[in-house]
Amino acid sequence: MAQMPVRPTEPVPPPPAATRRGGRGRRRREDVAGYVFLSPWLLGLMGITAIPMVLSLYLSFTDYSPLIDVGEAEWIGLDNYREMFTADPSYWHAVRVTVTFALVAVPLKLAAALGVALLLNRAFKGIAFFRGMFYLPSLLGGSVAVAIVWRSMFNREGAVNSFLGFFGIEGAPWVNDPQWALETLMLLAIWQFGAPMVIFLAGLKQVPAELYEAAAVDGAGAWRQFTHITLPMLSPVIFFNLVLETIHGFQGFTSAFVLSGGTGGPVDSTLMYTLHLYNKGFVELNMGYASAMAWVFLLVVGLITVVLFNTGKFWVHYSDNEER
Amino acid sequence: MSSTVLPAPGKTTTAKAARRGSGQAVRITALVLILAVVLYPLVWMVGTSFKSPEEIVNNIGLIPREFTPSNFSEGWNKFDVAFGRFFVNSAMVAVLTVLGNTLSCLLAAYAFGRLRFRLRGVWFAIMIGTLLLPGHVLIIPQYILFRTLGWVGGDWPYLPLLVPHFLATEAFFVFLMVQFMRGIPRELDEAAVIDGASAYSIFRHVILPLSRPALVTTAIFSFIWTWNDFFRQLVYLSELKDYTAPVALTLFIDSTSESSVGPMFAMSLLSLVPVFLFFVAFQRLLVEGINTSGLKG
Repeated sequence: MAQMPVRPTEPVPPPPAATRRGGRGRRRREDVAGYVFLSPWLLGLMGITAIPMVLSLYLSFTDYSPLIDVGEAEWIGLDNYREMFTADPSYWHAVRVTVTFALVAVPLKLAAALGVALLLNRAFKGIAFFRGMFYLPSLLGGSVAVAIVWRSMFNREGAVNSFLGFFGIEGAPWVNDPQWALETLMLLAIWQFGAPMVIFLAGLKQVPAELYEAAAVDGAGAWRQFTHITLPMLSPVIFFNLVLETIHGFQGFTSAFVLSGGTGGPVDSTLMYTLHLYNKGFVELNMGYASAMAWVFLLVVGLITVVLFNTGKFWVHYSDNEER
Repeated sequence: MSSTVLPAPGKTTTAKAARRGSGQAVRITALVLILAVVLYPLVWMVGTSFKSPEEIVNNIGLIPREFTPSNFSEGWNKFDVAFGRFFVNSAMVAVLTVLGNTLSCLLAAYAFGRLRFRLRGVWFAIMIGTLLLPGHVLIIPQYILFRTLGWVGGDWPYLPLLVPHFLATEAFFVFLMVQFMRGIPRELDEAAVIDGASAYSIFRHVILPLSRPALVTTAIFSFIWTWNDFFRQLVYLSELKDYTAPVALTLFIDSTSESSVGPMFAMSLLSLVPVFLFFVAFQRLLVEGINTSGLKG
């Protein structure tokens, strides 16, 4: 079976212009043109990304409220970091909530996505309909509107409890119950499994059918085929989804804000890291502290990404690198 | 190459065919059940939007016994500013963001994807790095920067929401377009170069027209993400008249009275309509957009 057709443009041929007369001029012109086209991006990189990053590093060592000029921010060394790690119990709460969210919601979301993708991965009429409908929550789910619906559904008098009441089960007050609020939030994230599902479906289409045929001839059952063919062949896609959803999961803000009315409550049970950061910076106007939080967040997310990529070496299987 | 995953039918015995048929039935039943659970919240939302306050408490069914469209007019006029204004603000921010993203990301992608210039590799690596940069990390210094520039508050507080998009800061779209442009045959450029075309006219006459699919994908995703965006709009919009729809919706959360649930649902439902229409119109493109951006490269 033919592999993906190699694009005719690669490998890149040596630039023909360089050997020709006037080649130097052309290179110069392409240098200039390159930077002309790149200039908006470069400006954005400097102004919107790089300078603010440096500024926030500086601010993290200061006591700064937006009511004064940046120049007047008082240098307090590592005090913000010290407070964060030792004197702000809500901070550790936020860390715990965020890590729990990522560790529980992300794997469950990916499992749901893979499960439904496997069910869908057969040619039948109406596949496009199902695929589209499962994908819909991913488009709508990040909105305030859906979070509002979720909040009402999981109220004490909400639809979920009425439904449970049918079976004589007395439900919890969910969003108002510190025991269940985070679970409710996670459920909203898992509900949006459509986006990774679509990516899984595309990945499943790439698994050569001969592998399954050969395995079936050798007498491998459905489960063995799944663990020995589907999972390894799909591992690059699983890895991609895992990285994407983990980074995404760490940044959940909207749903936590709406479900808790902006407080991260009850009793900090839905205090996602970004929500705590927002409240510190824009409600308490303690922007030095919030900047310190942002930097720790950046370092931790960066570290997790690096760790994911490194562990990926052990279980991600890239068939392209193999001799066939 | 369209290969289905189904093994070729070949000489199947009737027993086998029957088993496959029942397998298919089980599969479809499972899918229908899962879909019912997944779609339930959305359908419930539509139903509740048309329920009277008493029914919202008493009737847990999906369909209202008594059709109450007044929720919509009530929600629309709930605040000192009509809800229509919030939709107009949202639409304006979304449309301008679409414009900024498509334009600026296209320029950057052309440079990265098609031109050879000094330090290209370094800049490209940095661009990929910003792909993974969590946006929330920069919100505070950006806020301070924009405030120093006098863009926060004032008569038209949307500059902080829009300007970054005109500077190609959404690396995801730059990456998507670079990937797309790499698929455009280079012979086209080379032929144009022989004809004496400059990088600018190649961009104008070769790349721009051929990049339409990537531009459309970028435009659709930009619109939907901006329409749903909340964090930035919450930070930068402080006057009621400037609110976008998501920010205005949070006002309902604060009022906890029973009678405001219907109007809250009605306005929430309305706010989802544009995204839903995009979904209906561009379903294929959206699903494929995820695939091309997600898997290649």
